[in-house]
Amino acid sequence: MSDTHAQTVAFVRETMLPEQPPPASEAGVIKWMRENLFKGWFNSILTILSLYFIFKIVTGAYPWFANGIWTTSSLAECREILDGATGACFSVLTERWNQLLFGFTYPPEAYWRPTLAFVLLIVAIAPVLYPKAPRQMLFFTGIYPFLAYWLIWGGTLLTPLMVLLGFVAGYFAFKQFERQSFAMGLVAGVIAAIVVIWAGGVVPASMPDVLAIQAIPSRDLGGFMLNMILGTVCVSLSLPLGILLALGRQSSMPIIKWICVIFIEFIRGVPLITLLFVANVVLAYFFPPDANIDLVLRVIIMITMFSAAYIAEVIRGGLAALPRGQYEAADSLGLDYAQSMRLIILPQALKISIPGIVNVAVGLFKDTTLVSVISMFDLVGMIRGPILASTEWNGVYWELWGFAVFVFFIVCFSISKYSQWLERQLATDHR
Amino acid sequence: MSTISDPPSGSFQLSMLINDTRYRSYTFQFIALILLILAFGYLGSNLLANLKAAGLNISYQFLGEPAGYDINQTLIPYTSQSTHWQASLVGVLNTLLVAFLGCLMATVIGVVVGVLRLSDNWLVRQLMSIYVEIFRNVPVLIWILIIMAVFIAVLPQPRDFRGEDAEASMVLGMFAFTGRGFYTPAPIFGVGSGFVVAVFLASIAGIFAFRNYAKKALYERGRLIPTFWPSVAIFFIPSILAYFILGRPISLEYPELKGFNFQGGIFMRNSLIALWFALSIYTAAFIAENVRAGILAVSKGQTEAAASLGLRPGRIMNLVVLPQALRVIIPPLISQYLNLTKNSSLAIAVGYMDLTGTLGGITLNQTGRAIEAIFLLMLFYLAISLAISAIMNVYNNAVKLKER
Repeated sequence: MSDTHAQTVAFVRETMLPEQPPPASEAGVIKWMRENLFKGWFNSILTILSLYFIFKIVTGAYPWFANGIWTTSSLAECREILDGATGACFSVLTERWNQLLFGFTYPPEAYWRPTLAFVLLIVAIAPVLYPKAPRQMLFFTGIYPFLAYWLIWGGTLLTPLMVLLGFVAGYFAFKQFERQSFAMGLVAGVIAAIVVIWAGGVVPASMPDVLAIQAIPSRDLGGFMLNMILGTVCVSLSLPLGILLALGRQSSMPIIKWICVIFIEFIRGVPLITLLFVANVVLAYFFPPDANIDLVLRVIIMITMFSAAYIAEVIRGGLAALPRGQYEAADSLGLDYAQSMRLIILPQALKISIPGIVNVAVGLFKDTTLVSVISMFDLVGMIRGPILASTEWNGVYWELWGFAVFVFFIVCFSISKYSQWLERQLATDHR
Repeated sequence: MSTISDPPSGSFQLSMLINDTRYRSYTFQFIALILLILAFGYLGSNLLANLKAAGLNISYQFLGEPAGYDINQTLIPYTSQSTHWQASLVGVLNTLLVAFLGCLMATVIGVVVGVLRLSDNWLVRQLMSIYVEIFRNVPVLIWILIIMAVFIAVLPQPRDFRGEDAEASMVLGMFAFTGRGFYTPAPIFGVGSGFVVAVFLASIAGIFAFRNYAKKALYERGRLIPTFWPSVAIFFIPSILAYFILGRPISLEYPELKGFNFQGGIFMRNSLIALWFALSIYTAAFIAENVRAGILAVSKGQTEAAASLGLRPGRIMNLVVLPQALRVIIPPLISQYLNLTKNSSLAIAVGYMDLTGTLGGITLNQTGRAIEAIFLLMLFYLAISLAISAIMNVYNNAVKLKER
């Protein structure tokens, strides 16, 4: 049989042809470009427009960066060196670096203190952010707020120490009474904390020089430090407050529910700037005349209330997204309200709400720039006020605003990237 | 044998207020109410004491007094002799103006960017995500200030338009973009212009009627009537005919350079433009994300099913993807509008006279009526946001999936 072909056909190939490489237009870079850049005339036009746009940006920005001058002490001097060429005067950043970071009235000999507080912040926040970090570090996280207060504002260490003591006393009182009921424990803890803090207040008053460093009033805070302080303090305070508000809004007790609803809807309905006006001019009317509550504290109160309302809505979404069966399962185990919330509902609801909470946190951090409107000198306030108004640097817009954009972008972008990472870490469902 | 849910037979004891679930919620609510009343009483008494010490009282008389300051961008007649109330009204209208313009532009940019982020084109996709990330992660206040600075620094001043070989010239002879603001032609409504406007409005109603008719014809008799070109024709032809038949009653007043400044036309101050652009491109970054999420929320199977029915890509988008995507897009879109409106209060940073600038700014500083002014200010924003929430609720109910 097999011979017939050989006899009738002149040539029969007995081996397979070797595999040919695909045509040049269907392989490698060219294929990728055909599919991703030049698919159809419309896409080609878009690509060419984008390339032109990128080309414009790069050719415009490159000489500006490359000729940047870092070492002059005024704009006039910088322009003299540039001599008409395109170039940035980054020297405004080097010359006013400390002002941009710390404000213009913070004493220079104390710059190490906020810097140290910032470094310690990273240490303190690590166990909160990375579930794998050693748990013992949480102890330091607990102490950190008091330490940071002492470092930034100065004064005697006894003041924050007494407050810390109050919290410790409250914790032990809570543990003592928690066995009877959660509510009893809470009440006992709060009372113990208040009593100890109030009674302990006499100690720093009587010994103002023990372990004291130079006290710095909060109106001297400024620059990016102020943004960081407001951001961290308000986010960490508003998280527990937001959880309480969200639980209150879900509650079956009508009075508590309506208090929470009205608070949340009111705060969410007005812009932050009006709340800052309240902090600036109105809030002082609501405190006793001799209670000297400074502006930074009033601003912290208002921003905390503001972000607590938003966080409460996010967490409410998380609570609502939990299947009804989780609540019923907790009930059928015989857990009371506090136990079921703490052990079953909140861990799941908070996990669902992480992206939303991070969004609120990023938004809040961005909103701390609004304090510049009520004449506080945060990063934006410093740029608008003392730096752009000074005779040396009047007119250096791009460098300063570029710096502000850069700083905020780095912080906010890394926070949102972190939250995406955390979401993947916490995903326990099967895919 | 008794179950544990048996009601206790004993008489009422005080400890049951805490331990018995039937009474416990009343106890807690009572405590909360008492605390609330105490807190309000404390704050209120402080307020009264402080006001008394400062010799002040709560009164809204100041709204009727002459304001005594000028506002450089007004939609209604206003002079420095007008009352604070009128100044506030100017502020309200300015807030609504910038919010309306901002929402419009933010939607357009946001939808385009959101769609482009899903484009086949790798380069465009990357550029758009860079845009979204940069604008979402930097405070809007910084964008407002940057755009304001760019306007003042980059655009020419009116004096640059003077002379034979001027450094700057008007675009199309109609628009002048200066660092002080934008000048555009203003329409002048002459005799009979009301009729043209009426015809125009009627033709818009006509378009809707025609589309309804076409839809009905399609569903009931199976006749496919083209709608696009007839709609365009209805939109333009009657109005243009009426315009020319009545002898061109509406004319345009062009801005002209007189002395050192432009006269005539509509003038939009640089603060309005900067605020408008900044709010738009900032909010557009958020809207783009909503649009993208909405389109991605429509499962690929829907597109494929429509394609297998033989629909063209445009029809797939219009008839299958968009109706489902809009259900997801619109609620967050409306809350972005709300955010934009609230962010427009940052006008005060560039000196645009919105309500925060008039009532919460100069009026407050001149009269010292901080509590009253800020109360009214909050009330206004609260009213707007409640109104928008109400609209959103109505919409959500309308598009809710009708489940069994």
